[in-house]
Formats: sequence, structure tokens, C-alpha cells
Amino acid sequence: MTLGQSLGVALMGLDGHLVAVEVDIADGLPGYALLGLPDAALTESRDRVRSALVNCAESWPNRKVTVSLSPAWLPKSGPGFDLPIAIALLAAQQTIPEEKTNNVLYLGELALDGRIRAVRGVLPSLIAAYKQGIKIAVVPSSNRLEAELMSEMTIIPMDHLRALLCWLRTGERIEVPELALAPTADEEILDFSDVAGQERARMAAEIAAVGGHHLLLIGPPGAGKTMIAERIPGILPPLMRAESLEVTAIHSIAGGLSARSPLASSAPFIAPHHTATRAAMVGGGSHQIKPGACSLAHRGVLFIDEAPECGLGVLDALRQPLESGLITISRNIGNVAYPARFLLVLAANPCPCGKFSGRGRNCTCSSQQVRRYLGKLSGPLMDRIDIRVEVESLSRVEMMQSELGESSATIRKRVIAARDIATRRFSNEAWSLNSEIPSRALRTTYQPERAAMNFLHNELDREQITARGLHKVMRTAWSVGDLVGHVQPTLADTQKAFALREGISL
Amino acid sequence: MAIQNLPQNKSKNKYIGAFGEKVIADFLQSRGVSIVERNWRVKEGEIDIVAQLPNGIFAFVEVKTRSSLAFGHPLESISNDKAHRLQRLALAWLATHRAFGAEFQIDCAAVLIANDGQHTIEYRANIL
Repeated sequence: MTLGQSLGVALMGLDGHLVAVEVDIADGLPGYALLGLPDAALTESRDRVRSALVNCAESWPNRKVTVSLSPAWLPKSGPGFDLPIAIALLAAQQTIPEEKTNNVLYLGELALDGRIRAVRGVLPSLIAAYKQGIKIAVVPSSNRLEAELMSEMTIIPMDHLRALLCWLRTGERIEVPELALAPTADEEILDFSDVAGQERARMAAEIAAVGGHHLLLIGPPGAGKTMIAERIPGILPPLMRAESLEVTAIHSIAGGLSARSPLASSAPFIAPHHTATRAAMVGGGSHQIKPGACSLAHRGVLFIDEAPECGLGVLDALRQPLESGLITISRNIGNVAYPARFLLVLAANPCPCGKFSGRGRNCTCSSQQVRRYLGKLSGPLMDRIDIRVEVESLSRVEMMQSELGESSATIRKRVIAARDIATRRFSNEAWSLNSEIPSRALRTTYQPERAAMNFLHNELDREQITARGLHKVMRTAWSVGDLVGHVQPTLADTQKAFALREGISL
Repeated sequence: MAIQNLPQNKSKNKYIGAFGEKVIADFLQSRGVSIVERNWRVKEGEIDIVAQLPNGIFAFVEVKTRSSLAFGHPLESISNDKAHRLQRLALAWLATHRAFGAEFQIDCAAVLIANDGQHTIEYRANIL
């Protein structure tokens, strides 16, 4: 008899598709058919929408209701379609004006009393809608701050279906009290000055931060591996706007944004437990493909403590994203690609008992056990690690030192200065970090000094280093050089990078 | 026409049901539809009204009468299964009346009786 339409968004990974929600109310027995591959949460929307409408004193049509979510081939999930379905239903009954439903995006889950609840993935949904020419979006009030990151669109936050209908019918906004914006209290930032001694590990962390080089920390329990790793985000430069939108969108899909300060402005730090499964690490899920730890750590640090204890294949699943900065997950419902450009930090004990370091006096492991333990980190994975550093137990002298180590702020300043140099150097290139220089560019434009290259080629001839390793050392050498302000990595820079990669003490 | 002096016991429902069917039969006749049979009963069930439209099509009408909406809309109580049962009954009626192969449709009607005894009708034709 009558037709109504509104707009929603279905997410496949970070890609959103604009979905036309069409409602037809036909003669016949009362019934409700929902078409367009809905998942369980979406099928239940019928009862939520019905209760919400009735409790807002709107009528529920006692006729045959057909709801179609188009395109029909795309699997849709989640309760975010409650609101567009309710709006299309009312439009079909001609109780709201048509022009307000055609070009407006609606997002939100309905409570039974008509309140509009927060949903996941608001930012990527808005980005997708904007790309397809939608300029106005109605979002749940609790998602307002996240939605307003998309400043190109007119965002209309609503907390209740009644308020929304009042706006649609009369154009009047019931005043929504502004959320008191607590000044984003800086989360407690861990400072490098807490770390006593460990000069070599500090230097390694700094170089890793400059170029985005992957890091392995080996040392006995209690030496400070975790302390150092946790402090690396604090010396990374703040995210640029484009980067922070990317990070925010990924965390929005995973549902991990804080309501108060949704925009991720600093590098994320993700530390999955070593019992994490492969799906937890790279992402997965059958109805909705969710990002895993390596995507959540995009533009930040992925720290895996006790790396040799990880399940078989979990670490090796990271090999591909380490190379490409991207993880493609294939499931029954489709393929999804999430960005995964992270700085990998692994921590490991040198042996099962943990004491095989320094003079190794108290180690109770057999030589075989020691060899097997670090052997759990596979060769191909280790080949992708740029910096290997031993974190020694502190000696009495180091513990007694009263002066504090450098603070994170000081180190960060140097890191930012070095990154600026790199960014300027690569201003005409597609990449901006030293660790991202393609191997072809390394062989042509971005070679270290001749003496340095001779040194590296000698090591290659002696089979001390693989071809990939050679390139990795060259990239790290650029970071070492940038920190001291060299125009081109010198022999000393390159030797330092080589030593860091091979885990040789300088 | 208003319903009055409802008995307040179990026969109330029967009374209401019969009242609703009468209302619908009158409604159909006023539209020029001829009533062929009322309350045709077999072991499998009952057809409330068998009617024949002016164009010759048989209409089998299920009437639902309610005096309150407390248990939902009357037409909601007709599930898909029930509609198909009506279809089987209709075929059975046609078979016993040597009219097998005739064109037919299943209709549903709801009669709502308000507190003051006034009633409203909803009629849905050809629900299958």
C-alpha cells in the first residue's frame, strides 16, 4: 500500500556500504519480513523497533510489513539498523516528511522505551556515507564526540526517538544538554626516567621509535623488558590527523573507544597475552570480521611479552602484516582488509629458567633447552626483526646510581627531530618512515656511504646476513644517521645498525 | 447495531463470536456478496463464512472478534499455519460441493467491540 525509505550503513571491515532501508506496508495478515541477509542481532530489531514505536505513542501497522535492506547480497549485522528501520516504517505510514528521510543517514540502536543507544563503528560509517554524497547524519548522543570528528558533515545527535520525531516533524530541536567536556586528562604516561640503567636498551628503543623498526628484547625476568616496552609509545610522536582518524575508525569497530575522548591522538599500545589465538592476533569472526591485536596496534606498538611461549603459528601469522602493513582476512561472508602498520616489540627470556644471561651462573637449563627455547621464534620471523638487544640484570653500581635516566619528553624531542629530517627527505616519496623505504629505492637513491656498503657486502659474502637482512640494516642505518644528523649514513652508523640487528654488544 | 446485555460467563465468548460473524455476513451482503453457507464444520475445522463474490469467485472468510486489544490485534492470531489450514478447508469445501477447480480466495475479517458496545470492522481480502 505504502512505501518508505531511509539510509543506513553496513560495514565490511573498515569499508562501509550505504544501505537503502525500504519498507513496504501491504494488505494482508499482520506480519514482518526482514530481507537482505540480516544476522541475529539485526533479526531481533523487529521487536525492539516495535516496542520503541509503540512506547513513543506511534502506531505499529497491523499489516504485512516487508523491510528490505539493499543491496541484498551484502551481509548486514548489528543493531545499528534499528533507527533507519523505524524511520522508514514511519515514512511508509506517511507520518514524517519524505525529504527528511531521503538524504539523511541514521545510525542507532533503539531501547524499548525509545531511547537511542550507542553503536559501534560510527566513524567509518560516516566516512563511507560522506564518500557517497550524504551530508547529514543522525547519530546517538553517546556517539556524538566520535561522530563530530567527521567535521565535513552535519551531525545531529539524538538521545530519544521522540526528540528525533519532533525534529523531523517540526524542525525543532529539543535542547540536548552539551556533554561537559572534561579536559582530556592526560592518561598516566609512563616515563623513561623510571628505568634505571639499561643504556643499550634505551638507545635501541629510541632508534626503533625513529624509524619504526621492530625490536626484540631478551633478558632475565625482572630486568625491565616490560618497563621499557610500555614506555615506547611515550616517545613516539603524536599521531597526525589522518593517522588518528584511521586508528579511531579501527578502534570504533572493535568497540574500544572511550566516550569521553574518542579521538586517538597518541600511538596505541596493545599487549596481547601470549595465550592469544591466531584470530585474536590478526582478526576474525564469522558474522562480522573484527580487527585483531595487530590492527588495533596500527600506528602504534604491538608488544608481545614472553614471545616464545606463544602458541604455534601465532607469531608467524604476523609475518605478512609485518611486510605489507595490511592484513586481509577471508571468511565465509567475504574478505576484509584492515591496516596493520605497527612497531613490533617482542620480549623473551633467554631460556626456560630465565637466568641464562650475563655469566649465566644460576641457569639450571641444559644447553639443548636453551637452544630450543629461543628457537621457538622462527627464522623467518627473526629475519624481520631489525633490532635485537639484551637487557641485563642491573648490577649493584647501576642500582645505586642516584641520578635519573633521561625523561621520555627529552627522548621524544630527539625522535621527533629525527623523524622530521626523514619526512623532509621523503617529501616526494610515497612513504615517510625509514623502515618503509622499498628495497629498490635502497639500492639506488637511498644508499649509505660507499665504505658502509663495502662493509655490508663483505658481511653478505661471508653469509653473516641475508639479502633481506642487508636491506633491513640499511634502513636502520638511516635512523641511526638521522638521530645524529648525518646527511647519509656513515660507516659507523651502518656498523651500529648491523650490530643492533645481530645482537652484538658494541 | 450495538451489542447489549452480554452474559458474564463462559458463553460470553461464544456469544461474541457469533455476533462478529453476523456483523461480517451483514457487511458482505450489503456489498452485494451472496452468503453461501455459514459455520461449515468438518473434523478438521470450521469455515465461518462461505461467500460468492459478484464475479463468481468463492470467498472463504475467517472472522476474529475481540472485545479488547489486551491480547494483541485479532488478525495477529492468524499465523501462517492457520492460513494454510484455512486453504485446506476451502479445498475440502469445494470438493464436497462438486466445485473443485473453481476460483477462490481466503479472506480475514476482524471485528473489534469497544466498551460502549460499538464495533469496528477490518476486512483483508485474499490473504494468502
